[in-house]
Amino acid sequence: MDALKKLFGGNTRQFGMIFALVALIVLFQILTGGLTLTPDNVINLFNGNSYILILAIGMVLVIIAGHIDLSVGSVAASVGIIVAITMRDWHLPSGVGILLGLIIGAVIGVWQGFWVAYVGIPAFIVTLAGMLLFRGLNQFIGQSNTVPVPKDFTYIGAGYLPEIGPDTGYNNLTLLLGLIGAAAVVYFQLRARREAKALGAEVPDQWVTVTRLVLIVAAILYATYLFATGRPGTSFPIPGIILGVLVLIYGFVSSKTIIGRHIYAVGGNRHAAELSGVQSKKVNFLVMMNMAVLAALAGMVFVGRSTASGPFDGTGWELDAIAAVFIGGAAVTGGVGTVIGSIVGGLVMAVLNNGLQLLGVGADLTQMIKGIVLLLAVAFDVYSKIQGRPSIVGLLMRGIGGNGGNGNRGVPAQPDETTKTTEVLARES
Amino acid sequence: MADQPVILQMQSITKEFPGVKALSNVSLSVKAGEIHAICGENGAGKSTLMKVLSGVYPHGSYSGDIVYQGEIQEFKDIRASEHAGIVIIHQELALIPELSIMENIFLGNEPAKRGVIDWKEARRRSIDLMARVGLSEDPDTPVKDIGVGKQQLVEIAKALNKSVRLLILDEPTAALNESDSQHLLDLIRGLKGRGITSIIISHKLNEIEQIADSITIIRDGKSIETLDVKADGVDEDRIIKGMVGRALESRFPDHTPKIGEVLFEARNWTVQHPTVPDRLVCKHSDFFVRKGEIVGFAGLMGAGRTELARSIFGHSYGKFLEGQTFMHGREVKMHTVPQAIDAGLGYVTEDRKTLGLNLLDDIKSTTVAAALKKITKGLVVDMNREYQVAEEYRRSLRTKAPNVDEGVSKLSGGNQQKVVLAKWMFTDPELLILDEPTRGIDVGAKYEIYGIIQRLASQGKGVIVISSELPELLGLSDRIYTIFEGAITGVLDKDEATQENLMKLMTQARKNAAA
Repeated sequence: MDALKKLFGGNTRQFGMIFALVALIVLFQILTGGLTLTPDNVINLFNGNSYILILAIGMVLVIIAGHIDLSVGSVAASVGIIVAITMRDWHLPSGVGILLGLIIGAVIGVWQGFWVAYVGIPAFIVTLAGMLLFRGLNQFIGQSNTVPVPKDFTYIGAGYLPEIGPDTGYNNLTLLLGLIGAAAVVYFQLRARREAKALGAEVPDQWVTVTRLVLIVAAILYATYLFATGRPGTSFPIPGIILGVLVLIYGFVSSKTIIGRHIYAVGGNRHAAELSGVQSKKVNFLVMMNMAVLAALAGMVFVGRSTASGPFDGTGWELDAIAAVFIGGAAVTGGVGTVIGSIVGGLVMAVLNNGLQLLGVGADLTQMIKGIVLLLAVAFDVYSKIQGRPSIVGLLMRGIGGNGGNGNRGVPAQPDETTKTTEVLARES
Repeated sequence: MADQPVILQMQSITKEFPGVKALSNVSLSVKAGEIHAICGENGAGKSTLMKVLSGVYPHGSYSGDIVYQGEIQEFKDIRASEHAGIVIIHQELALIPELSIMENIFLGNEPAKRGVIDWKEARRRSIDLMARVGLSEDPDTPVKDIGVGKQQLVEIAKALNKSVRLLILDEPTAALNESDSQHLLDLIRGLKGRGITSIIISHKLNEIEQIADSITIIRDGKSIETLDVKADGVDEDRIIKGMVGRALESRFPDHTPKIGEVLFEARNWTVQHPTVPDRLVCKHSDFFVRKGEIVGFAGLMGAGRTELARSIFGHSYGKFLEGQTFMHGREVKMHTVPQAIDAGLGYVTEDRKTLGLNLLDDIKSTTVAAALKKITKGLVVDMNREYQVAEEYRRSLRTKAPNVDEGVSKLSGGNQQKVVLAKWMFTDPELLILDEPTRGIDVGAKYEIYGIIQRLASQGKGVIVISSELPELLGLSDRIYTIFEGAITGVLDKDEATQENLMKLMTQARKNAAA
């Protein structure tokens, strides 16, 4: 049990989330008698949720900065209909259509970012207005009709990696991708470990790193196998590739660049950030604008998948994306959250949805269960904050019957004993 | 006076907060119909004592007895004390800006029949109450539309409505200009004529000398003495002596200043309050700091020290009206915080938890937060450099933490302050402004922080230290400016400064600076 804790614990909560995701998959695999982990189902699950996951990437940044965006579904729908109609009427090639869609997304983002960052209207209000405004715009432009898109446009929403090279019985590009992915993970993990060690920072035991790597690589290779052995004509889906690229870019931006640091700083304590020289207005503007661009992309991926843009596209997406972010460990008050956590949170919801469907549970019960899961995940977050943050795994271990997660329990923020009276008074009054 | 009956007697009141004894054995005796002032330094325990009296801290949370009108009182909340006729008016006004004067006067005390407010009765009574405090506005005027001075009067009208017998005023004139203050003091004197006893807390000793019948001095949570203003012939000097009369407690590391040429200078620095347009928080201030010099800023709470510092630091407080800043004799304009940082300024805030730290962060990212560009290659933050930098500062400042991955919320006050200092030291400022650098820090850590400050000065940096603790300023500074109501009232060299002459300058405006 101690070994398991070391393996999954560490200082990141993502391992805990991943653990929960894996447990959920295993549970449904058993309950559905093996229907969950079939190539077709996995591909389906990816395709059917990629646009929510794309939204979750933007949403987590918005939420880290301390805002919310309710308009993403409507923005996605607006962009979808504009792109569909311009491509139909002006016979634009798909590439130009996609570019146009992203530009429209950026323009919408400038609009919303302006109100949030420079006028100072709460994002909740601005995007609630945007939700109405852009839903209406979609129906106004499309006259509430469904507009089909050209065949090649559907590639971004329903396409697969092509078959090339010798006939191996597998999809070669998918295999290649899987192998590159596995190798990259091994390389970067080992490099990070080596550098940390060189600096004299604490590193996990060698066997922990190795076992962790073995597990991750096994998971990647198994997924590769699933994607590579689907029905003829299917392989790793294009939306999955888009998503993967976005995760890499945004994961990197959020954790390793100045703007990423500034987003966390503004969400964590705006005043402290400003007094450290962070331009919080600019940060808020960029975060809101980025969200709209990603919403545009998500809208187009969805249009590609459903081969047409309709008046009710994107209804309720904002709530799915927000739920994914909170399940993924973001804090309502801002300052906390990760891109990868939100993706895992989104996958938890997706697997739950998919598994319950496979079990033949109705939409009514599915919604109820999803609601409860969201509530419990955030309740857990709040609870662990009060308790001084034990890691999720620590708690899971205790539930399983281990000797408690005390090892991972953080020290609660201690009131400092020497606070001056005036400070205490200020706090009390 | 001596023959008057005693209305209130607080007997050996002791109040503890976790780890701090805010009041220890404080006694207070107030005679009926007098104006009784309570004086003491910031944090001496004045407000705590009044909160005990008014039931903010309920019976049972302190020890000692409150005898009021001959009976031992056990107030369990403010309502209970108000019922007995004790009303407290806090430093921050408890008015609802959007409601009218009338609605505010009767808030929580509405004249009603079966739960329905009788507005006719309310209007009749509010016009009467307003006349008593000298307000001639329409009772329907929203409170936000009248000035702070009149808002203070509304508070008093509200107290009168509660048939007050003992009125407590906590810094009533702190936010008022001179004529409003005078009006308020006259009103308090008028209330005395009608048999209402007042307790007044104020830093403005000239006002106290003018209005009070007796004065109780509190120092470090203990009642020191009670003076009868007329019989004892009390003046400001006498009050100051009582307030500061203690031995220097803090010790300071040895330090020989090496002071060079003028590094930073501010001229005619004038800043307006961010929300109250006719109030200046900095009034035509001129000051300079030399290389290697530690300059203290002394002033009582609300004098405008922090406001001055923050407005200099990239206009991060108030509305800039006029003034110039110079570095090395060349004028620099610092309209934003990034510009101020680029110009070589650093500012460590007095309010570590709300303004200084992102408590969600760890030590390493806090250390580099104000100078991320220094460890960035292209777009990428070099996390290895971050770790190294944070580790260097952790070692050199002796921050007590297992490693730099530790969250700052888990550190003690002293260690948090070291992390904040590290953050600013890493920006390599030429002028570092430290606002209450040792607030909430224990004695040992204080000594270390003094050492750090002196080391920075020895490296040729200019340091401004703002502090409410005079012994700290006296021990640390090479030169001390005093501020009173936003204006610089004096500057004293290390060897001529004493607690007494500083306190004098901090509490009375020099005639030519008052304008």
